[in-house]
Amino acid sequence: MSETGYNFAYLDEGTKRMIRRAILKGIAIPGYQVPFASREMPMPYGWGTGGVQVTAAILGADDVLKVIDQGSDDTTNAVSIRKFFERTAGVETTTATTQATIIQTRHRIPETPLTEDQVLVFQVPIPEPLRFLEPRETETRRLHALADYGLMHVKLYEDIARHGHIATTYAYPVEVDGRYVMDPSPTPKFDNPKMDDCPALQLFGAGREKRIYAVPPYTKVTSLDFEDHPFAVQTFKQPCALCDAHDVYLDEIVLDDRGGRMFVCSDTDHCETRRGEGHRGAMLGTAPEAITAGGNSRV
Amino acid sequence: MSDQSLLSARHLRKMYGARLGCTDVSFDLHEGEVLAVVGESGSGKSTLLSLLSTELEPTAGSVHYRFRTGETRDLASLSEAERRFLLRTDWGFVRQDAREGLRMGVSAGGNVGERLMAVGERHYGQIRGKAIDWLTRVEIEEARVDDMPGSFSGGMRQRLQIARNLVTHPRIVFMDEPTSGLDVSVQARLLDLIRGLVSDLGLAVIIVTHDLAVARLLSHRTMVMRGGRVVETGLTDQVLDDPQDAYTQLLVSSVLPA
Repeated sequence: MSETGYNFAYLDEGTKRMIRRAILKGIAIPGYQVPFASREMPMPYGWGTGGVQVTAAILGADDVLKVIDQGSDDTTNAVSIRKFFERTAGVETTTATTQATIIQTRHRIPETPLTEDQVLVFQVPIPEPLRFLEPRETETRRLHALADYGLMHVKLYEDIARHGHIATTYAYPVEVDGRYVMDPSPTPKFDNPKMDDCPALQLFGAGREKRIYAVPPYTKVTSLDFEDHPFAVQTFKQPCALCDAHDVYLDEIVLDDRGGRMFVCSDTDHCETRRGEGHRGAMLGTAPEAITAGGNSRV
Repeated sequence: MSDQSLLSARHLRKMYGARLGCTDVSFDLHEGEVLAVVGESGSGKSTLLSLLSTELEPTAGSVHYRFRTGETRDLASLSEAERRFLLRTDWGFVRQDAREGLRMGVSAGGNVGERLMAVGERHYGQIRGKAIDWLTRVEIEEARVDDMPGSFSGGMRQRLQIARNLVTHPRIVFMDEPTSGLDVSVQARLLDLIRGLVSDLGLAVIIVTHDLAVARLLSHRTMVMRGGRVVETGLTDQVLDDPQDAYTQLLVSSVLPA
């Protein structure tokens, strides 16, 4: 049921047009950060104001929206944004990755492979991959313009010198289409390979920083590395304790104060789907109700 | 040594609004040659260095540079990308304040390796190997490779700056008062090191200094500046032992006897 007194999807049509123009420019120049006139949204910065504006600008009445936060459909951020669009746009929402046409995400890319009919919208806190290496915005823009990215490797060099391996595990810098270096938002580097040659359109919105950027479908996305220290994703020793999935990103959950812990899928929809199909993990049945139950009861 | 000059300045002039930075500076620098620019504070030395290294745009005049290909070009005609590439391959810049010339948040090895990575080296082991090699050459122990420049003494920071600049085998190094702010014994060691590297590598150097002893020790030729103008220029021995200009005479005679 939708609220009266608001335009469809909260933003006025003029604003949506402005955002769509920024999105189109972003798609035309993959990985390039397009400035846009970010609006004040009815939620604090850091809660996804950039992603919400991008979603509002591309949302149509027959779209099906899914919102995830750290892979989960039922954390506060995801629930709030989903409700926001239910009320301001009256669109159908879902938790099933396969049924969604637009997926707004914070920190994860769904495990289920995306399709050409889907758009993935990322919430981005800091769009500038060079920010902590070069504080001047005027200078970082020039570095992007000249594709002068040696500095990015200095950061990776420092990682190896200090930790013996590239210790950057999230917001791991990528090169898009052989040109722009981009911050993939704070997704774990586990998800970086999913961005490469992805059939779905990937849009990135940073509300506070007023930037939009994009990776068009089937675009080459390469994670930066060294020849003798190639890029590698995180690996886990055991499968998901609930659905027995291998090769997925797992969350560590502390169970008690005696060192008890379990590793479960961070992507709740993926985990529930697998359990529905009959996959059984080692702790299914013995794990606390709050963790195994689907829907809104999961913490 | 080829007859053609490596860098040549013609009638360089820089105005900061109505104020004069420097004017009518012309000279030629050849490969392997060390030119000292001396003068008191405010004489336009640092302005001149910034003009030569393309950090400032001249109000009038030009600087020509002969590339490795043999082609000579007006530096004003370079694109921003070409200019930056030149600055991190063929040229080096050693600053008075090491904080400006180094990345203080990056380890010594990272500082030396930065230029290599900027020109496209992507093999960690090789980059690190070269960094260690250069640290050793400027007398910094291999064990300090992962330490932050903040933990280095003043003299070590200057040596680290030198290593960072020389790692890409530049042809010209600009030095802005590299030894001031260091105590005398450290100065002497640093000058010794610079002199050794300059002759080993056949570097051309333009060194700005107010210290005539530095000019005498390092340079082949000396240019004396005052009020933005060149008042005297010539072979270093000649200028310092037999100064012609009244100001140079004053400058030479005002050196405290050792």
